Amino acid sequence: MNGGRPALELRGLSKSFGGLDAVRDVDLKIFPGDRKAIIGPNGAGKTTLFNLISGVLPATSGQVLLFGRDVTRWPSHRRTALGMARTFQITSLFPKLTVLDNVLLAIGGLRRTKFVMWRFLSSYRDPHEKARRLLESAGYWERRDVEVRQLSHGEQRQIEIVLALASDPKILLLDEPAAGLASGESREMAAFLKRLDPDLAILLIEHDMDVVFDVVDRISVLHFGRMVEDGATSEIRSSAKVQEIYLGTG
Amino acid sequence: MESRRKLLIVIAALLAVLIVTPFANSYVIVLVTHALIFAILAMSLDILLGFAGLPSLGQAAYLGMGAYLTAILATRFQFGLDWTFGLVVVLGILIGAATAALFGLFAVHAGGVYFLMITLALGMCVWGLAYRWNSLTGGDNGIVLPTRPEFGIQLADDVTYFFVVFGFFVAALALLTVLVRSPFGRSLVGIRENEPRMRILGYHTWLHKYLAFIIAGGFGGLAGVLWAHAHGLVSPEDVVLATSVDALLMVVLGGPGTLVGGAVGAGIVVFLREYLSTLVPWWQYVLGGVYVLTILYLPGGLMSVPERIRGWRARWENGVRVKFPRHTS
Repeated sequence: MNGGRPALELRGLSKSFGGLDAVRDVDLKIFPGDRKAIIGPNGAGKTTLFNLISGVLPATSGQVLLFGRDVTRWPSHRRTALGMARTFQITSLFPKLTVLDNVLLAIGGLRRTKFVMWRFLSSYRDPHEKARRLLESAGYWERRDVEVRQLSHGEQRQIEIVLALASDPKILLLDEPAAGLASGESREMAAFLKRLDPDLAILLIEHDMDVVFDVVDRISVLHFGRMVEDGATSEIRSSAKVQEIYLGTG
Repeated sequence: MESRRKLLIVIAALLAVLIVTPFANSYVIVLVTHALIFAILAMSLDILLGFAGLPSLGQAAYLGMGAYLTAILATRFQFGLDWTFGLVVVLGILIGAATAALFGLFAVHAGGVYFLMITLALGMCVWGLAYRWNSLTGGDNGIVLPTRPEFGIQLADDVTYFFVVFGFFVAALALLTVLVRSPFGRSLVGIRENEPRMRILGYHTWLHKYLAFIIAGGFGGLAGVLWAHAHGLVSPEDVVLATSVDALLMVVLGGPGTLVGGAVGAGIVVFLREYLSTLVPWWQYVLGGVYVLTILYLPGGLMSVPERIRGWRARWENGVRVKFPRHTS
């Protein structure tokens, strides 16, 4: 799509837990504006791969490059500063804080004002404007003062993405955004994802194939930690190997 | 609107303390002064426990550092007994913060119960120093301070000293109130609620906790300077584990994460201790019982009582008006 530098590149990335090789020798390139899904059966190592990319877990070997810089040994917060954001398969929000406070925390993460101790957060106009824009586009501005734990599961999944978008990422890792959603809600989620900035690169883990086929144009298949297939959605859909992995038979 | 009402209540309570105390008997004036000093210590602990979610069991160490510094400067160098008292306050805050900066290197990496154990151990180190380093600290006997500073005003007068302590307390309350509502303060709440998420959002969470730890140490040092002159004697008793536990009790009793709760808790604990100890020899069991009951039945502390009453009333009214349980909606 874009001939330039990849937003994210993985080179021979591996992770083992004791004797278990959760991720084995994965190579991957994501360019700005790419929409790519990683699929695979449960236990294939998808979430582990995300944890390696986002710095939650250290890699055993191999490299992670963000915009051409080797970030393999970097902590999460520095990777975020380079333009990476992620969501979690298990909703990871600030449940006892309001929707607005959740978003304000997310916006503050990359601002130098996060160390300011002598001024009320509410006195900063800029983050509030941005929070308003984000929440209005997601349709939550009217409910900004509701505590997040009082939202439904589907709503929390959306807030999860809003938080990831608050840092203006250039590459977004979505770990099963449609997990636990009803089919109507997943369709809404897919439509929401398709409305995002076309220059934003998205790497998506998802089991809901309707969402996958709707949102991405390329799919990689992970099986026992290895990248076994990579191609356009139509190729993957008809791939015999993928059928075998998922169904266990030809 | 809601926060303005809370602010008015706090100001009214402060004015009441300021106006009523000077007319009380001399014993009560001393107790209120002690309560205000411990309120500063409790609020410093609340920054850690209530906001950052770090249960420190060694907050007395910073009070001890400030108190011993004050006592040693006063007895050895006659320093801090005139206008230089202001310098001692600054030095006390600095030594508290510096000690926390050192201890924080060990403690802040750990979380939960490990943080508690490490702060406990470091607090015991300070106690050990105070107890053993006879030549500097006077060991078990402690250090008796000469008279309180005098610079135009006579701090030796208990009412005057009360006013000074009150001033420091209000300043600490104001500074910490701004701090907990600042972007930095909110980041601490985020860390308390979900630290891994904060890291992914771009926060260097260790640094935030470390800074909070140092700030709490600084306010602990301030409480120590004021305590040394309030009590007139600095001894290992001040840095013993029980003092740290008392501070924790004050915060838990008043309500963690509220700042003012720590101050309320300090008042209750100081007065309860003083009056109970004159009434019954087993007064410590009463304090222990209060502690246990608060944690079991009032996890939000006394500050959560109004909200609970509102919740009960709302439920009761709902129950009367709509005659079916709420969960059917």
